[in-house]
Amino acid sequence: MTIEARNISFRYGNKPVLKEVGFTLTSGGFHALLGPNGAGKSTLFGLLTRLLALQQGDILLAGQSLKKQPADAMRQIGVVFQQNALDLDLSVRQNLMYHGALHGLSRKEARIRGDQELQRFGLLDRAGDAVRELNGGHRRRVEIARALLHHPSLLLLDEPTAGLDVASRRALNDHVRTLCEEDGLTVLWATHLIEEVRPQDRVLILHQGQLLADDKGLEICSADGTESLAETFESLTGGAS
Amino acid sequence: MTPAQYWHCFVGIQFREWLRFWQQRTRFASALVRPLLWLVVFAAGFRAVLGISIIPPYQTYITYETYIAPGLCGMIILFNSMQGALSMVYDRELGSMRVLLMSPLPRPFLLISKLLAMGVVSVGQVYVFLLLALLVDVEPPLWGYLAVLPALILTSLMLGAMGLLIAMWIKQLENFAGVMNFVIFPMFFMSSALYPLWKMNEASPWLYWVCQFNPFTHAIEAIRFSLYLEWNPLAWGVIAGVTLVLVILATAGFRPQRTKILSSKPA
Repeated sequence: MTIEARNISFRYGNKPVLKEVGFTLTSGGFHALLGPNGAGKSTLFGLLTRLLALQQGDILLAGQSLKKQPADAMRQIGVVFQQNALDLDLSVRQNLMYHGALHGLSRKEARIRGDQELQRFGLLDRAGDAVRELNGGHRRRVEIARALLHHPSLLLLDEPTAGLDVASRRALNDHVRTLCEEDGLTVLWATHLIEEVRPQDRVLILHQGQLLADDKGLEICSADGTESLAETFESLTGGAS
Repeated sequence: MTPAQYWHCFVGIQFREWLRFWQQRTRFASALVRPLLWLVVFAAGFRAVLGISIIPPYQTYITYETYIAPGLCGMIILFNSMQGALSMVYDRELGSMRVLLMSPLPRPFLLISKLLAMGVVSVGQVYVFLLLALLVDVEPPLWGYLAVLPALILTSLMLGAMGLLIAMWIKQLENFAGVMNFVIFPMFFMSSALYPLWKMNEASPWLYWVCQFNPFTHAIEAIRFSLYLEWNPLAWGVIAGVTLVLVILATAGFRPQRTKILSSKPA
């Protein structure tokens, strides 16, 4: 599914946070949204998930406007938030079933789909455990399994590796890339960690509310005359992190 | 979206609330301590001070415990609603609110379902309280327990919507102490929960009118009259109207950016 953001601007009071941001995400691709803290990534995610109302511009999912057809658009989106959005006291399965219900699935259907996702993520044996008993990496996997329960075409992940150790970060990143390849899922992965981005990824660099680059990592580097994405990122953002 | 999908969503939200209630049942049980103290200790002390004459809906002289029991039912709902609304906007429920708002179903439907779910848990607590109140001889007619149910649910929806509006739009009241001092206590004391309003009228006519304009007064009277199988059109009219207005304002005016749902500090 193609996602198109058109000319998005957003301000909190008098403070502009996004300035005429526009991009297109291609179907089935892994896209990295790279930006230092405070670049506007979370605001962009807020707009993509309708937690924030669009002030200017529009977002189209497979041609459907998020402004005009929000229900159709929301059915296509799975989200993993930066902060934990799991109910720690409930079991893994109960969390998934709650999400299923919110998308209009019957209890039976939600349970079947939830178990399928958990199986795929190697967590089916933990289905009955309270989320509180899971480690950080497993919790993140549960959040991704949950985000995929209603079979979305677009998966949005807002700094999903925050708070994880290096090994868990890498495993999670690899896992989402596999989903992308196997399911044809369109992924937008927001991060401020360069090591989570590969040279062949489509990279969108956001800084101070402006989109500074939107191309494959390799192309951005060659256009900037640098040898690594880290250098490019530093030269574009002036070393902000 | 089909009616069946709306139904699954509604049931899912209710079910989750009960699951949380069950997980945290000790916290909910401890929430009953406050009204029970009022009923057993405060009422015992005040029984001698405050003589209650025969007033509708009661057919005879009643004990002070019998008089304040409906007010304490209202108190349980009032505390729960305010606490629930704050947690939706600022703390414990933020994760679940994020998930809730990702549903493709209309936001007002989701929020009303959530407020109702929280309200139903409060109503469950009210029934436990009423059962315990039997021990101090608060004995409404048996059918009163059923007749009071709509009043309890409407009250919980009204106060839940009010809580949500307050939590979202009055930043100064983002902690429970502030809400307790500026919302809960004034609403509770300036109502008919602890004293009949004719007593208040004798003491201070202007306070009497403040109490009359307090929707919580009418919520308590709707609970009191229903519990004793009497109809009070004024009370029902007021709480139905106020609930409608507050629910529309709270759901249509819901702005995630005024909460901590998006992130602690969006940037």
